[in-house]
Amino acid sequence: MTTIIKNRQAVADDYTLLTLAEGDSAETVALPAGPLLVPLAVWQVRKADLQSRGTPVGVWLAAGEGPEAIADDLAALPVVGVHFPKFVDGRGYSTARLLRERHGYQGEIRALGDVLHDQLFLMARCGFDAFALKEGKDIAKAVAAFETFKNPYQAAVDQPQPLFRRRAA
Amino acid sequence: MYRYDNYDQTLVDERVAQFRDQVARWKAGELSDDEFRPLRLQNGLYVQRHAPMFRIAVPYGMLAARQLRCLAELGRRYDRGYGHFTTRHNLQFNWPKIEDVPEMLAELAKVQMHAIQTSGNCIRNITTDQFAGVAADEILDPRPLCEIMRQWSTFHPEFAFLPRKFKIAVNGAKEDRALTWFHDIGLHIVKTDDGLVGFRVIVGGGLGRTPIRGEVVREFLPWQDILSYCEAIIRVYNRYGRRDNAYKARIKILVQALGVEEFGRQVEAEWAHLKGGPATITQAEYDRVTAFFEPPAYQTLPAIDEAFVQQQVKSLPFARWVERNVRPHRVPGYASVTLSLKKPGTAPGDVSSEQMEAAADLADRYSFGELRVTHEQNLVLADVEQRRLFDFWQEAKAAGFATPNIGLLTDMIVCPGGDFCDLANARSIPVANAVQARFDDLDYLWDIGDIELNFSGCMNSCGHHHVGNIGILGVDKGNEEWYQITLGGEQGNDAQLGKVIGPSFAAADVPDVIEKIIRFYIAQRQEDERFIDTFRRLGADPFKVAVYGDKARLKAA
Ligand code: HEM
Ligand code: SF4
Repeated sequence: MTTIIKNRQAVADDYTLLTLAEGDSAETVALPAGPLLVPLAVWQVRKADLQSRGTPVGVWLAAGEGPEAIADDLAALPVVGVHFPKFVDGRGYSTARLLRERHGYQGEIRALGDVLHDQLFLMARCGFDAFALKEGKDIAKAVAAFETFKNPYQAAVDQPQPLFRRRAA
Repeated sequence: MYRYDNYDQTLVDERVAQFRDQVARWKAGELSDDEFRPLRLQNGLYVQRHAPMFRIAVPYGMLAARQLRCLAELGRRYDRGYGHFTTRHNLQFNWPKIEDVPEMLAELAKVQMHAIQTSGNCIRNITTDQFAGVAADEILDPRPLCEIMRQWSTFHPEFAFLPRKFKIAVNGAKEDRALTWFHDIGLHIVKTDDGLVGFRVIVGGGLGRTPIRGEVVREFLPWQDILSYCEAIIRVYNRYGRRDNAYKARIKILVQALGVEEFGRQVEAEWAHLKGGPATITQAEYDRVTAFFEPPAYQTLPAIDEAFVQQQVKSLPFARWVERNVRPHRVPGYASVTLSLKKPGTAPGDVSSEQMEAAADLADRYSFGELRVTHEQNLVLADVEQRRLFDFWQEAKAAGFATPNIGLLTDMIVCPGGDFCDLANARSIPVANAVQARFDDLDYLWDIGDIELNFSGCMNSCGHHHVGNIGILGVDKGNEEWYQITLGGEQGNDAQLGKVIGPSFAAADVPDVIEKIIRFYIAQRQEDERFIDTFRRLGADPFKVAVYGDKARLKAA
């Protein structure tokens, strides 16, 4: 059990995050029991296995992996993880927007990896609704970040109308 | 100029609160230095050789007199009584304390200013033509669209952590005065034969270690689509730009790797989904913003003021200043004046707090209370009556702003270099001053005529040396400061990169080398030929011989 931020609150989470260690292969890596968040490579070769387990399975995308790779599977996925290897690697922001705006994904999009307080506001705007904050960071304090700016300028996932259209109204 | 409404003001105030909290968490050890770094950078705060450096945005170069007074006061209170105007319409302070920056931001917010995205790997301050709105060759005033783009880029949630910094320049006139060919995105406002207004979109230009002239990715884009089209470009870049090596991370490297056709194809494919969406600019918004840039209440005046003509006949120094520092205006009886921040012996682009106040006063009394920062590191007062120019000149002279050298050799672009900058290979300011001192004879300087000399302290090219007719670049040779010379660079519609002429020189030799180049030009020029035209006609080889003597002749043979 870990604690993540979901819908702006700290909640307990029972997904196991599967990662491929040096020497593991997607075909043979052991799959722990219970809800599982697997790397794209594992999903691609063991989709049938995973779906027959009867427990929830989500996929997580590495920073260089795009949503195109799972576009056809999204309806079957309750969670998509997007991994930030370093918080300054901003590819995941585009991934989340594309998942929501291009592919119409309605499930949970979870930020994984180097996920920090000061990026939460931006991530939420791009469509993330769950955040596995980096270890050792203060979740209670971090949730305040969602309120940083009340009326941002651009259209994004959280506010599909840019300010200039709302301002005019 | 644009004035904030409640929405704009709230955003800037919220930004101050956010940064105050970030500084507090950093001080409390809750944010590591590495975690704090990009946050402070996105608020314009570097840590430099002697102290932090704090960079304040002057969006598309427009500055109100009261804003400049605020900068003067900040300089006095938190710095050493001066600031430095950069090539990107920003103002830098060199000596503030990190702890003071939240307070400085709060002061700036009171006059509708900020330091948002003046550094870091995000969309930076958007730059444009310093004569926007008054230039005779203007197609459309670019400032309303620059403001709309400023708002769109401010805290853009998807593009705060790009592979590298991202710079956009917009030009709305026939002559390119915004260096658009050397930006990540360069935009030319164009009008089609049937009267449609839009942009020619250039992508993948940049200076730095790998200078590249941008390429046209789209010949015509309706103005309404500029935000969604930029999103498409930057999304392709965000997803596929290199992140493994900071020197290869600019969009220019991606465009080169894919080729502009393939890059353009990917952008169009992305844009197909965004086109016509909510980011499409509405006429109502364009009109709302344009209203802030309506021409000021000009007087009806004769096109030529007789007294002004007489004053030029009577006073040669005044006539010289008029010729170099004053430009014709589209409204009869008015002129645009450039205040030179290039008084020989001072650091180019530096202004003291007293000078900032003097410039603000001049703006209030002569030019509707507004100024512009130029990418050549000078200030422009765009709307001065001809009949008041003589009085203006006397006041500008008293404030140290009237050096009649705009566009001449001593009007150099110079980065802060080794005196301030951690990344420098060599100092730039003292060497630039030595060159200015060599050309201190005004008649000689005048005789040389139009020429651009640009100076960077290292390959990062903050001083635009690649596009100077003469470029000087600081290089490091076995821990000593050396200087490499390039010739043939140019800004404007025919923007080109200069080429290195040969081995580099010690600091003490730089003025001699520049003098050899200039003497050779004077000897060779035909009639009124500008330096760059003589250079284009003759090519680099004879200039190399002029500098290196027979060694170069042997090589050229
Ligand atoms: C003193 C602190 C400064 C630091 C640490 C600094 C650092 C840098 C770096 C690292 C780059 C290269 C970025 C890249 O190629 O990806 C760069 C580019 C640039 N800087 Fe600075 N800079 C400083 C001051 C200035 C100043 C004072 C100016 C204006 C006079 C300036 C204008 C520019 C411009 C125009 C570029 C873009 C060149 C291009 O297109 O690649 N910088 N700067
Ligand atoms: S060109 Fe180099 S030395 Fe000059 S300011 Fe830029 S980084 Fe510093």
